[in-house]
Amino acid sequence: MKRRRLRIIKRVFGLYLPLAAFLFFALFPFYWMLISSFKTNPELYSLRAKRLLIIHPTLEQFKELFKRTAVLRWLWNSFFVSFFTAMISLALGTMAGYSLARLKFPGAEAFGLATFITYLVPTTLIFIPLASVVKSLRLTNSIWALVVTYPTFLIPFCTWMLIAYFKSIPKDMEECAMIDGCSRIGAMVRIVLPMAVPGIVFSGMFSFTLSWNEFVYALTFISDTTHKTMSVAVPTELIRGDAYFWGELMAASLIGSVPVAILYSFFMDYFISGLTAGALKG
Amino acid sequence: MRSVGWAERLPVRPRVKGLIKHEALTGYFLISPALFLMLVLLAYPFILAVYISLSDRILGEPGKFIWFENFLKLFQDKFFHETVRNSFIYTVSTVFLKLALGVILALLLNQEFPGRNLVRGALLLPWIVPTSLSVLTWLWMFDSLFSVINYILLGVGIISKKIPWLGDPFWAMISVIIVNTWRGLPFFAVSILAGLMAIPRELYEASDVDGAQGFRKFWHITLPLLQPVIAVVVLFSTIWTFADFQIVYILTHGGPLNATQIFATMAYDVALVAGRIGEGSAISLFLFPALLIVIIMMLRYLRRD
Repeated sequence: MKRRRLRIIKRVFGLYLPLAAFLFFALFPFYWMLISSFKTNPELYSLRAKRLLIIHPTLEQFKELFKRTAVLRWLWNSFFVSFFTAMISLALGTMAGYSLARLKFPGAEAFGLATFITYLVPTTLIFIPLASVVKSLRLTNSIWALVVTYPTFLIPFCTWMLIAYFKSIPKDMEECAMIDGCSRIGAMVRIVLPMAVPGIVFSGMFSFTLSWNEFVYALTFISDTTHKTMSVAVPTELIRGDAYFWGELMAASLIGSVPVAILYSFFMDYFISGLTAGALKG
Repeated sequence: MRSVGWAERLPVRPRVKGLIKHEALTGYFLISPALFLMLVLLAYPFILAVYISLSDRILGEPGKFIWFENFLKLFQDKFFHETVRNSFIYTVSTVFLKLALGVILALLLNQEFPGRNLVRGALLLPWIVPTSLSVLTWLWMFDSLFSVINYILLGVGIISKKIPWLGDPFWAMISVIIVNTWRGLPFFAVSILAGLMAIPRELYEASDVDGAQGFRKFWHITLPLLQPVIAVVVLFSTIWTFADFQIVYILTHGGPLNATQIFATMAYDVALVAGRIGEGSAISLFLFPALLIVIIMMLRYLRRD
């Protein structure tokens, strides 16, 4: 009996309590975002009420948000940009990744290395000159500025991820297909791509998420309200000077967070395996 | 030839050799679109960044070539000194915290318990959700009047006076460090967890025979085997944190009194708010040596494996 009790104590202090602390730290901000967006203003700005609960749940904040701002437009912009850039980067990344993983040609190794290096380049290193490039392409204040620039950090990511995936697929099968009369590209499309689906799904989803969350370029290139994406519109359009509408701000943050959270909950296993494969391989 | 099956593939190997001649062409063809985009939108802007940083360009005017004047000016600028110091404090402390907490969290998640997958998924949320939006929530949680963190800490009795989270230079730095740790911890935990799961059980069993105990096992077996994963994760996180922008921009905007100003936020303020593009470009180029060091260390690490 005594030993069993000791084991339970050890389990509680060695696992459950610290885990609960980590969960609290990770999730409390989301809880606070959630309940703040369903509170009335008097409840939000009261020091007396039971602040960790909602006493009178309301949709008032959402109604105001939809009435007062272009939130639907921002959501659409985010979807449009994220979907397009994910697709472009996935297509170009698959081509480049396959070629660097499988084909032998002079310079292949150098290109692989360059991919890895560009994968590390932070957007804040080049956002100032990129703004003038965007300007000379006459794309300032248009979401096409984002469609064009986001692939610069998504392609290296997709390529790097997919090189690892393609390398894990045995060569024999495509060689057979080629002997059977398939061209190189035919073998890639018919044999290798179907086998790399988990890697492709992960890269595409993660690219979507990276675009959805991007901030620096979107802040720099776009100043028109109607062309902003969620991640920039919410902090810049809903905070005016010293006036913070916290109810609406939290409601908008919730709306902007839910799509990626849903996407991610559906594909969590892909996510975790892809993330760890990437982290371990480079 | 189409009827040649799997089993007979060895005798016809030479045909594969013939195909290899086309390989180079196919290879260049497949990478060219990606390469083109990267040259125009990454390599060219980088060269442009160097060029602009050597000029006195301001918003709307091309400016003239002034050699290293921007850099010399920055070396003497008190605000820039503070930015350098803040960037180092911010990076070193958050990477250390993320690593220490990440190892602990990974060790916890490596144990068996009911609902483990759900917990793992939930813990990743801070890393998935748009940072600008979650940081807005932190801004609200740090609010000078209605801070829920103060409400909880006062309620539990840990503090007896409200903490001026974003209003005080010291606490503002603590605040951005907390938020960065919150956001980056999942990446560390999940990567290190993957490293932990890759360690063969037999190693621990062998040490059980030798009578090794919990912490010694961790120190002598787990940690050395985790070293490659930890190195990669730390290098990634170092460059991301050093070049970070949104957390500081949204929480403190570099303030109060420049106490949380880091490279990227200062570059943004100088180039795009004040309009001194040449000088701003020079500031963001200070990220380049850090990037270079990370790249070199990363390549050496990857080569060794």
